[in-house]
Amino acid sequence: MKKPSKLEAINLDAYYGDFHALKSINVAMEEKAVTAFIGPSGCGKSTFLRTFNRMNDYIDGFRIDGQILLDGRDIYANDVQVDELRKEVGMVFQKPNPFPKSIFENVVYGLRIQGIKDKKILQETCEKSLRQAAIWDEVKDKLDKSALALSGGQQQRLCIARALAIQPSVILMDEPASALDPISSAKIEELIYELKKDYTIVIVTHNMQQAGRVSDYTAFFYMGELVEYAKTKTMFTSPHDTRTQNYITGRFG
Amino acid sequence: MRVQEKIIESLLWLSAAITILITISIVWVLLSESVLFFSEVSLVRFLTEKEWTPLFADKKFGILPLVAGTFLTTVIAIAVALPIGLTIAIYLNEYAHARFKTYIKPLLEVLATIPTVVYGFFALTVVTPFLQSFIPGLAGFNALSAGIVMGIMIIPMISSLSEDAISAVPRSLREAAYGMGSTRLQTAFGVMVPAASSGILVSVILAISRAVGETMIVAIAAGQQPRLTLNPFVPIETITTYIVQVSLGDVPHGSLEYRTIFAAGMTLFVFTFILNNLSFWIKKKYQEKYD
Repeated sequence: MKKPSKLEAINLDAYYGDFHALKSINVAMEEKAVTAFIGPSGCGKSTFLRTFNRMNDYIDGFRIDGQILLDGRDIYANDVQVDELRKEVGMVFQKPNPFPKSIFENVVYGLRIQGIKDKKILQETCEKSLRQAAIWDEVKDKLDKSALALSGGQQQRLCIARALAIQPSVILMDEPASALDPISSAKIEELIYELKKDYTIVIVTHNMQQAGRVSDYTAFFYMGELVEYAKTKTMFTSPHDTRTQNYITGRFG
Repeated sequence: MRVQEKIIESLLWLSAAITILITISIVWVLLSESVLFFSEVSLVRFLTEKEWTPLFADKKFGILPLVAGTFLTTVIAIAVALPIGLTIAIYLNEYAHARFKTYIKPLLEVLATIPTVVYGFFALTVVTPFLQSFIPGLAGFNALSAGIVMGIMIIPMISSLSEDAISAVPRSLREAAYGMGSTRLQTAFGVMVPAASSGILVSVILAISRAVGETMIVAIAAGQQPRLTLNPFVPIETITTYIVQVSLGDVPHGSLEYRTIFAAGMTLFVFTFILNNLSFWIKKKYQEKYD
């Protein structure tokens, strides 16, 4: 049985000034599944990812045509509060970016800005999120220590915990493991596998094997176009388009 | 070729050496004259007497009234400049368009190029009468209006340096905050300002140092009456003003009265020296928090 689509792009075009970065993209992404965006650098996959939480809004000259639907609702509609949207659509960035605060304060940051002060709620959420992000055992004794003292891999899992703490339904990951060593990277992949039970995950990656391992669906972008979008297994075994085939077999990119 | 290189090198060395030499001689003059002063007036008297009347028949040598005057005008100046300067810095960083920022920042720095004597007259002839219209007891010369105008003068110093500090915070932190659903205001005050706090602190310390050493505005608008008070409505005298007053007067060279300005100058120097070193230390210690 097909699950309903959580995120959908309809005839989406995006521009940076005169540069046409995304060309009429149509995609529907399944709920509680992992969708990977792959493609060579500059193909628009990160731009596309960032339209789902409107992270491109701050870039001068950026604009879109078309629609992005979250649960059937247009997130670029006038009545949408961007900060509310981002509580629903969390994001993990390429480079771990914990705040220069304690581990605890990092995790509960999202609750604090919502005005939640109840110590018990904060502590419970902190523990739950850190457990979900598989880092609780490593940091439980030093929650009041600076997050910047953690290793890169730990910082990234902390950032995932921070994103989970505000209970989004979608998590966007922009090359979450590319700045990490192989072991940390493997931990993040395991984590993604666990998280898709509860969350819809969209991940941008340069790493073909990673896309193959973690994702249920894969979208291949090239020069601002969505070349191919299919079940990951299908795409990696029998791609339709020659460009896809060339890319996943490592002939360019 | 080789000789040319040598000449250029020695010229460069010379200009560096001259600067250092001048600094050393200034400190030397300050020190030697102060030593002569303190051989006649004990340091304890200097630091504990509550009046400063070296030019009167009944001489008192307590530096505290001058320090209090300097402290008072400086506090008022920072109280004006910090909130306004920081607000400007945050506005330029989080709200203003990039193009607007490139125009407005140099424009703000024009404030810093206005001669301080102009500020002094502005304080005396515009700000004081204006304040008097709703503070009836305000004296014609007072710490309040001098402090406020001095604050206006150092706004660009705080806004500019704080803006630099905030824009030096990695973009990834701003994205993290936005990505968590922070509003612009929450991003600015919850993440950017704390992350830039060391740079902002440095800007404030340098501004304090500037205010402590500021002379013209306080000499014109704050009065010349050394008074141990923290009341901003009455005339006071700052360390710098006293030095101007004596330097312009007919105090005989080499007298004890003459040497008071070196003792006062030494006090000033100690303050600004500590403040500048503090800012240097903070900068060095916290600068490389993010790789």
